Amino acid sequence: MSTQNAHSVPTASPAAGPPAGKPRRRRVRTFGPRYPSWLASPLLLYYLLLFVAPLVILIAFALAKQGDSFAGDQILYGFYWENFSELFDDLYLRVFGQTMLLAFGGTVATVAVGFPLAYWMARHVRTDRKGLIVLLVMIPFWTSFLVRTFAWKLLLDGDGPFAGALGLDILYSWKAVLIGLVYGYLPMFVLPVYAALERMDWTLVDGAKDLGAKPWTAFRQITFPLTRPGLLAGTLLVFIPMAGEYVIPQLLGGGRFLFVGNVIQGQFIGASNWPFGAAVSIGLMAILSIFVVLYVVSATKEEQFGA
Amino acid sequence: MHNAIFRRRLLSGWGVLVLLFLYLPIAVVIAYAFNTGKDVSNWTGFSFHWFLDAWETPRYQNALLLSLKIAVLNAIIATLLGTLAALALGRSRSRWRIPFTTLIFLTLVVPEIVIAVASRIFFVKAHESLAIFPALSWKTILLAHVVWSSAVVVLIVRSRFTSMGPSLEEASFDLGAGPISTFRQVTLPRLLPAIVAGALLSFTMSFDDYVLSVFTASGDAETWPMAVFNDVRFGVTPAVNAISTVMFLIVAIGIAGAMWFVSRKGGDPAKELSGGRG
Repeated sequence: MSTQNAHSVPTASPAAGPPAGKPRRRRVRTFGPRYPSWLASPLLLYYLLLFVAPLVILIAFALAKQGDSFAGDQILYGFYWENFSELFDDLYLRVFGQTMLLAFGGTVATVAVGFPLAYWMARHVRTDRKGLIVLLVMIPFWTSFLVRTFAWKLLLDGDGPFAGALGLDILYSWKAVLIGLVYGYLPMFVLPVYAALERMDWTLVDGAKDLGAKPWTAFRQITFPLTRPGLLAGTLLVFIPMAGEYVIPQLLGGGRFLFVGNVIQGQFIGASNWPFGAAVSIGLMAILSIFVVLYVVSATKEEQFGA
Repeated sequence: MHNAIFRRRLLSGWGVLVLLFLYLPIAVVIAYAFNTGKDVSNWTGFSFHWFLDAWETPRYQNALLLSLKIAVLNAIIATLLGTLAALALGRSRSRWRIPFTTLIFLTLVVPEIVIAVASRIFFVKAHESLAIFPALSWKTILLAHVVWSSAVVVLIVRSRFTSMGPSLEEASFDLGAGPISTFRQVTLPRLLPAIVAGALLSFTMSFDDYVLSVFTASGDAETWPMAVFNDVRFGVTPAVNAISTVMFLIVAIGIAGAMWFVSRKGGDPAKELSGGRG
């Protein structure tokens, strides 16, 4: 708690009076009153210490080597590339491959399930009921994630009263993991996409229809381009955490269907080879950063050409 | 015309189906909270005794209290840090704005498990070399939670702050109000819905978090999600279901209240509460 206070208490008093006298007087007429930039410094310091520094240490660990654990668990620091070359073992390549494949499949399924829902909410639900429907989509999201995922275990259990009665036996397979992923991340996708659809100027669509466009044409040429930024953001917001997931594959895949997250967890809690676990984490981040860069590039393009 | 009606019905049907899908597991949890027996695959009769049982389990009580403590402190600290940064970034033209915004997005884009293991290494090493750094405990859980939640607060509050526009603050200055009273009387009241939404979201993220907590905690700090996970693995959970049922009701009522609060203040509840993204 001591370090926490060091950050939060000094910032508490400026909170009562952010606009410092000096910059205001000079700039108020040109740019409108602004709050001074130093108000961001407590958070910046916090991030440097508790987010950037840990990531730097993670990289240092990924480049270190796990010494002989019988000799006392020593970690040898330096520039060893062994951890990274071990990532290219068939075993780990397969785990990375199936994680990406399932996260990708989960994202596609989430879009397929969630987009029509968001569209329905924005377009067909009566205005006075929209708040209620948004609430209904949100409530599961605010209920314990673990408890809900565990409930799927009961639902999908081939010996249980639900899936068993239907003759389904998919628990502890990729199918169960996929259902868990879609279930867990659906609200995260639906809400931003709904917000984008809700903001859209629907008179454009009506105009297109008046001019003789078929509904599908109007959707493809107006609705879709206009909501693409929200759609892209929602897709990324779902894909990244899915690829980093380890609770869902553990509970619904039963440890038989591994994600990268399970490998990382194993290295830190079970097998205890922190340097290798760090390298796996960096590997995961490296792959995901490709998607983030693709997203940023397409988002800036979108902005430039004013979709 | 018939086509339009058909499409509308199809979409409505889909909407209802997906909502049922969202509530199916919750219904199962609630149903089994009232089951007499311990066996989750058999319905043996209706009873309230798991609620009593849960209430009398000290381990659950401690875990819930610990989670509550962390979530409340996290919400306070994250809201404070995040709101200040949002005010600074909202209309800033500083050259630090873009790198800082990137950093904020980065905290949300890096997978949780990566932040979790990085924090674990950091806390262990920091405590080894500097005694003022807390060892792995509830304090380190809190320190890790704030990183995430404050980023969410910045995004929500900033999006509201920028969309507000500067004209009312300008008017306030023109009418002779000082910076402090302008903040208190003009900026703060208009930002309040976003600040409240950010605080609520921070609270929930922290209260429901398992991954960050399990990596930044030591054995003796067991938060509620950690207790749930430890028991869920062995499949014996009627008491957990009972507590979850109570929590579901609290959350449902709480969110309904929050939405009412936000919409009364003139905000868009869907946007504010979904994180102001998109």
